Formats: sequence, structure tokens, C-alpha cells
Amino acid sequence: MRVDQQVIADMIAPCSRVLDVGSGDGSLIGHLFRTRACDAQGIELSMEAVTHSVAHGLPVIQGDADHDLIHYPNDSFDYVVLQRTLQAVERPREVLRQMLRIGEHAIVSFPNFGHWRLRLQLLYTGRMPMTSVWATPWHETPNIHPCTIKDFFALCEEDGYVVEHWTTVNERGRRAPWYYSPRLANLCGEQALFLLRRKI
Amino acid sequence: MVYQKISLQEGLDLQCGERVAPLDIAYQTYGTLSPARDNAILICHALTGDQYVADTHPFTGKPGWWARMVGPGLPIDTDRFFVICPNVLGGCMGSTGPLSHKPDSDELWGRDFPIITMHDIVAAQVKLMDHLGIGRLFSVIGASMGGMQVLTWASDYPDRVFAAIPIATSAFQSAQNIAFNEVSRQAIFADPDWHDGNYRQFDTIPARGLGVARMMAHITYLSEEALTRKFGRRVRNASQPSAIGNMPSVFFGDMFEVESYLRHQGSTFVKRFDANAYLSITRAMDYFDLAAEYDGDLTIPFKGSPTRFCVISFSSDWLFPTSQSRHLVRALNRSGVNVSFVEIESDRGHDAFLLEEPDFDRTMRGFLNGAAEHAGLTQGGIAHAR
Repeated sequence: MRVDQQVIADMIAPCSRVLDVGSGDGSLIGHLFRTRACDAQGIELSMEAVTHSVAHGLPVIQGDADHDLIHYPNDSFDYVVLQRTLQAVERPREVLRQMLRIGEHAIVSFPNFGHWRLRLQLLYTGRMPMTSVWATPWHETPNIHPCTIKDFFALCEEDGYVVEHWTTVNERGRRAPWYYSPRLANLCGEQALFLLRRKI
Repeated sequence: MVYQKISLQEGLDLQCGERVAPLDIAYQTYGTLSPARDNAILICHALTGDQYVADTHPFTGKPGWWARMVGPGLPIDTDRFFVICPNVLGGCMGSTGPLSHKPDSDELWGRDFPIITMHDIVAAQVKLMDHLGIGRLFSVIGASMGGMQVLTWASDYPDRVFAAIPIATSAFQSAQNIAFNEVSRQAIFADPDWHDGNYRQFDTIPARGLGVARMMAHITYLSEEALTRKFGRRVRNASQPSAIGNMPSVFFGDMFEVESYLRHQGSTFVKRFDANAYLSITRAMDYFDLAAEYDGDLTIPFKGSPTRFCVISFSSDWLFPTSQSRHLVRALNRSGVNVSFVEIESDRGHDAFLLEEPDFDRTMRGFLNGAAEHAGLTQGGIAHAR
């Protein structure tokens, strides 16, 4: 399991109901079931990954964030997790809204487009930046909705979500030291991780 | 023919208001029931299947229809699970059906056999489970019409099904499938040996009609790709005999291999299946529409269900296409139940569930293992108890 997944797992209370949107090989839901006695389910786009997960006894359905969250009733989960996918969905704002409709909490991670390396590349080369995090050329990338940490704070404010906790992690998943300052994090954080809650 | 069966004098009250009595249910079992009686798996067979899921068929001498799935060490592991497969109500392999006698009479039911539904078929299986002393089934598994029974079990008896695996099936019989069934039935009716359903009195069977019904249905179990790969446009060697069974021989010269194959399917089928049973069961399929019983809302029968579901479809299945499985999965999501859903990539059509598909096997084994973990069954614990 990736280190950032461990950070996500640590945010989740034991025995919770969890939906992992984009569950990949199912490592997070497997971990949550085995170590935290969570009732964890997954949605995954790749049928190969779905088959792999179900073949390992994990409850996963084939589907995607844009089209399948609408089929879950209100408050079906304590946590809905979306890892490194928000920038690739068709309608990120609607996906967030759905996550916080069906779940009490949403845990969202995304690559930060405000990172200094990206800013410098755009400034100096005048071309779309390419880094290890943003590794595909603009015409091939599935990441159609990149945003910065500042952008994300703004959206949470606008749509009335409470940021219960946030942090940044680097590409290897290690927690970065600039979590105390959103401004610094927006410049130096590679991946952002947010724990949100509906405003009561 | 002596079948392993139970015979319940109290009979069964059917949805249509009639009663069949006594109620016979023929079944096969594999493996050992655990002392806690918590490792039982019910397998529901498809339209023309029967209880011989994993052992040699008494009429055809062929291996069981799911012998590659059910057995020691196989995905449905009989070293671990106690597997029960009953012949459906309305069938012709020992359970009460058109070949049974009317109550207190020497006369066979024949065409007068009452109209049955999936609920009746499942209610009969419930009586078998009660008789065997099995309260909650660890899992109910079935493909095609077997899947309809799985869904009926899960909706009618949610507390008696820990895990449900509906495969290549649907929560309702589609218009297209009703249409195919109707062609099958009309083929039987058109046979001069049909005798208005009383063919047994004339010591005959509507073999041509039933054979044609089977040939037509068999096409719907395959796919164009599978037919092309298996037969293409190849022609049988003209020196081989071209008449098979009771089918008339060719009239236009050479016979295509696909024709010969279908004739063989038709002629072997009529030896093991009864035409009235075929009519009775296809009708039960046609009536199947779970949502219709709840004002069209498929979420109601599953709302709050404790059952864990694993829905499986096959990409080239056009009889029970993936879209129908997805429709079911979405309803289950809306019901808030725990569901897994896998579409297996295969070019072999509906019949893929009977064939060698490694991803399918891995899915079955993995889901059952996962469910067993949730149910608190211990891996291998039962095998040692044998």
C-alpha cells in the first residue's frame, strides 16, 4: 500500500462504512477491512482491476465517479474516498457534491497544479509543464481538470464544505512539512489530501 | 430411473392458487455439511439443466454440467462447502412436474400441470432446505434462469442467504427472450406428435418440435464470433451420413458443419427433456419480473438486505447482456446493499458460464473466499472435519 493510502487509512475511524471511488487493486479497502473492521466497498473503472479485487474477496463494482455515485442513497457511507482522480473526472464539482451526499465525510487527494516546478516550467518554457506527477502531454492526459490547493480551498468555501483536516504528501507519499501554511503548501506540495465534511 | 429425492405429502401451494401434492424434490449433494450447518451452498440450475451439476448424467453419460466449477479444490470447493443442487419444480428429472401424477390419480399432469413462477420454484427449494435442517445458506449461486432463482431467494428470504451470486441473468425476462421462448413453444405445438400435450398417451414425444426449439435456443446461447470460430462456413464431408436422429436428411446437397452441430444438439436434447416441462419452465421465466411486483421499483425487494451480492456478466452474452446486470447492480446500489460486479471478457456468448474462463473462476473463488471470511467460516476447517 502506498504511504498516502496509509495516511488516508489513518483518517478513517474503525468499523466505518467506506466507499473507495477508483479503488484500483483494492489495497485500501482490503486494508480497511482487515485492520479496521470497516465495511469497505470500491468502484473502479478498469475491469481488470475490478476482477483482480473481487478475485481477492473485495466488494468492488465496475463504474466511475461521474456516472455511478448517483445510484447510492443519501448517507450510505461514513467516508467516501477519491484518490488522485478528481482532476480526471468530467465534473469535479458534481462528483464532490455526490460524495458528500452519500457520505458524511469525503477524503480527496489530487496532484497540486500550483507546485513551483510547474509554475517555473510554464514561465520559462511557455509550454505545458511535464513533471513526474504530471507525466503525460496535454493532448494525451486524462487530467482534464487540474487545480491548485488554493483553488480547492476556494471550492470548499463556495460549496460549504468543512475542511476537517488537510495535508500534503510528496510523490512517494511522505507527509510534507508545509502543512501549516496553505500558501507554502500550494507552492511546495506535490499531492494534496483533504478530509471534508458537510456543513451541518 | 431412481432419483435421490424427498417427497413431502403436504405438497406446495402455488402462486396461481393451485396445490401440487405430494411435492417431490430430486437433488444431488456434494461435500459435507459442517456441524454448525453454516457451509451450505445451493446451486440453482438453468432452463435445461438439472441436479447433476458435478457427477455423470444418468441419461447422457456426460460429466455434470458444471463439473469444471464444482468439486474438490475447484472454485466451488466441495472440500470446504456442502453443495446442494435440486431439480426445479416443473422439471423432468425427478422433481414434481408435468411427468408427475396428478393427486390421487394414475394420470400424469402433462399439459395440465399448473402455471408455476420463480417464487414457486424457490418455495419448493426452501422446503428442501427445511428438510435438510439448513436455516441460512452460505451462498445461493445460479446462472441464467438459475440467476433468476438466486434473485428470488435473495428478495423472498434475505435472512437465509448470506451471499448471492447471480450470473448472466436479469431481474426481468426481456421482451426478446420472451419472443425466443415463444418460438420454441410454437415449434413444439406445430409437431404432429404433440397431441395437444397428451403425447405420452400416444406413446410418443414431439421430438421434432422440441428438437427445433432446442436448436433455435442453442443459437441464442452462443455468439456470432463463437459460431464463426467453431464452424465458419465449413461443410461436412458428403460421404458421412447426414441424417441425424429423427431429423430429415439434407435436401440441398452438402450440409454445413453448423447445421450438423445444431441437429446433434436438438436430437440429444429430446432424449433427456420433456416437452411439457420445457413449456412449463419457459413460462415461469417469461413471468419473471421482480420489480413489477413492487410497482416497478427494483430497490424495494432488496432494501436493507444483509446479503452480499456478486453480479457477473459476460461481454458477448446477448441473451442476458451486461446492460441488464448493470441495471440490477444499480438497483442494488440504490438499495444500499453490499455488491460486487464483474463483467468477464469472453467471445463465447451466454454459454461462457459453462466454459473454461479463468477470470470467471478466479472471481467465483475469490468472492466465495471473501464472503466466507465475512461469515466467519474458517478456510480448510471443514475439510479437516471430513
